[in-house]
Amino acid sequence: MRRIIGSLNRYFKNGIILFLFLTFSNSLNAQTAPTLPKGLLDNKSTNASPALPPGLKNNGVSKEPDDSSAAPMPLPFDLTAFCELRTGRRLHQGPNEQSTSLSESRLQIEIERQWTNIGFKLTSDFIYDTVLSRNRIRLDSGEGWLDLREANIYFSPAEFIDVKIGRQIMTWGTGDMIFINDLFSKDWNSYLIGRDNEYLKAPTDAFKISFFNTVANIDIYYTPYFMPDRYIDGRRISYWNNFSDQRAGRNMIIRPDQPSTGFKDDETGFRVFKNIKGYELALYGYAGFWKSPAGTDITSNKPIFPDLNVLGASLRGKFLNGIANIEFGYYDSHNDRSGKDPFIRNSEIRLLLGYEEEVSNDFTIGIQYYIENMRRHDNYRSGISNDYHRRKDTRQLLTLRLTKLLLKQNLSLSLFSYFSPTDSDFCLRPRISYKISDIWTVETGGNIFYGRHNYTFWGQFDKNTNIFFSIRRYFSY
Amino acid sequence: MRLITFIILMTVLSITGIPASALTVDEIVNKSNQSAYYKGRDGSAQVSMTINDSQQRTRKRKFNILRLDVQDKKTNDESYCGDQKYYVYFQLPADVNKMVFMVWKHLSSDDDRWLYLPALDLVKRISSKEKRTSFVGSDFFYEDVSGRNINDDTHELIKEDENFFTLKNTPKKSGSVEFSSYTAWIHKETFLAVKIEYFDSKGEKYREYKALNVEYIQDYPTVTKAKMNDLRTGSETVLEYSNVKYNIDLPENIFTERYLRRAPLKYLK
Repeated sequence: MRRIIGSLNRYFKNGIILFLFLTFSNSLNAQTAPTLPKGLLDNKSTNASPALPPGLKNNGVSKEPDDSSAAPMPLPFDLTAFCELRTGRRLHQGPNEQSTSLSESRLQIEIERQWTNIGFKLTSDFIYDTVLSRNRIRLDSGEGWLDLREANIYFSPAEFIDVKIGRQIMTWGTGDMIFINDLFSKDWNSYLIGRDNEYLKAPTDAFKISFFNTVANIDIYYTPYFMPDRYIDGRRISYWNNFSDQRAGRNMIIRPDQPSTGFKDDETGFRVFKNIKGYELALYGYAGFWKSPAGTDITSNKPIFPDLNVLGASLRGKFLNGIANIEFGYYDSHNDRSGKDPFIRNSEIRLLLGYEEEVSNDFTIGIQYYIENMRRHDNYRSGISNDYHRRKDTRQLLTLRLTKLLLKQNLSLSLFSYFSPTDSDFCLRPRISYKISDIWTVETGGNIFYGRHNYTFWGQFDKNTNIFFSIRRYFSY
Repeated sequence: MRLITFIILMTVLSITGIPASALTVDEIVNKSNQSAYYKGRDGSAQVSMTINDSQQRTRKRKFNILRLDVQDKKTNDESYCGDQKYYVYFQLPADVNKMVFMVWKHLSSDDDRWLYLPALDLVKRISSKEKRTSFVGSDFFYEDVSGRNINDDTHELIKEDENFFTLKNTPKKSGSVEFSSYTAWIHKETFLAVKIEYFDSKGEKYREYKALNVEYIQDYPTVTKAKMNDLRTGSETVLEYSNVKYNIDLPENIFTERYLRRAPLKYLK
């Protein structure tokens, strides 16, 4: 704790936050609200008739609108921003991990202008990060002091068509923190070190066109170059390295061979969707690559992103007293359909069932059951040497989400947990966040990993169990 | 025999006829429901909420609301009180800026609710069993904003004076809601509820609604300022409607996923 406070102090010494606060807090103070006049509380006996409110006495005469609240809008666009300080620590000390899991200050500025048929949006994050203090900006992986999250224009060339071009965040599918048909880039590092959930979604540079009609709506996107996940590479989070048969971190950073030829190593996907009386039905397709390394090139000994096609479907709607969803996907790893190549991930069938219900006021429970079934597991098993930890043919995963809102929904307590009975591992994600006011929010939480074996999905992150704290201030025009 | 019948009839009439209103209770309830939630075929408004807790800490909410009655456009029945669709587009506080909350309100089943989170481009489905949950942290409940099903309560006219019908409303399923009854003062001319008091199982008043201002908009009397007090916590929320418009020809497809992801600016101005 003392060290956390120490690192906080370091920030303030750096003066960045202080500067930001001083710059913005005076000009944008949004907390000035008049107190309501007293005496409006009616203490008369309960059956006394109320006085008529203004407007009912003088029939038909409308009151002049009160324009005292009209705020000046000098900017030609909408501007929203926040700045945030976020720091976290590992609870276990390993040789290949830093004790500080997270230590950054961030300013996000979002600019948007929308006219009736056209608009643009620009969202940039400016980051001062002491864990990976790299200053060179890499817009594809979000490294450096700038992470460009959105930069796009959108318009409707016809009444039934929407187009969005540029850097954008895209999401579809029905899972809660489990993704089958959503093959848009994810930032797994952000997710596991305790950044805000919004950062799980990495941006995609895409051309997206949507057609709307009464039969079924269609989304199609095209990404001219492969945009992988911001995958676990050992720098922030240590992982299980199958070749060296040990947990590896900063001593063995993954440097994969990434498909990078524009308009050749591209990605495309579609969704056909329809809402039938509140039941949302969708079909999905994707052609591209495994989004995180899923194989090894044995000549160069580098991790690779093999080709991947996905076809899937989902259904979501009311069920019993809550919401149920089912989603299915077939992962066609077509560089190794036979499953004989142990250095390329096999094809898989993935299935998800979910249910969520608000069981009492502001208390919600969500459960999910997910399976990942490897095709041609027999060939995989005979192709892989006994020295490696073989994957089982089926991985099962259960998730449980508990969310309770208190103090007029300003205090949120939540727990999201993954548990795999087949891998004997789990991940717990407790979160407490409190809205001090309309502009200040504090959050604390943890990411707790445990596994019986250190080579399973959650078990490999065992040494990365961390807690974090953040404070955020919003600005708006 | 005829005399006995006459006496019985008179007795019955004199008991049930008090107060001797020309309208039946059901008619009053229907008209009040209509007046509060179903004016015109559709509508739009800008809403600001000011939430003050007992320590006078203030929180503000600002959003646009679009409403459509799901009825055949050609029939345009002014007494329609059926299913509706709502689209709520948030501006303030900043952490919910551009978030959208959409409801397909059903009278005969649970509502369908969606939430759109722009930072994740996520269309989320929300469980809607609890209707008497705080709406965006205010003292108003979801049901206060989109209307409580009138068939969930029994209604009784307990008083009538020159301005008001006073109705006592008791839930048919006691224990399904946090109140044991509520009393509403319905303005006789406009059928607007001017005051509503909620009572708990001990018969104590713990919650109170008051209409603070009424304007005639396109000839529809409209509450443009109202207040809800939570007497237990000392918290209160003032709700103000501005830029209210009715019959704006809202297309039904506004209430679909397409417009969650891209706000229908034309109707939000």
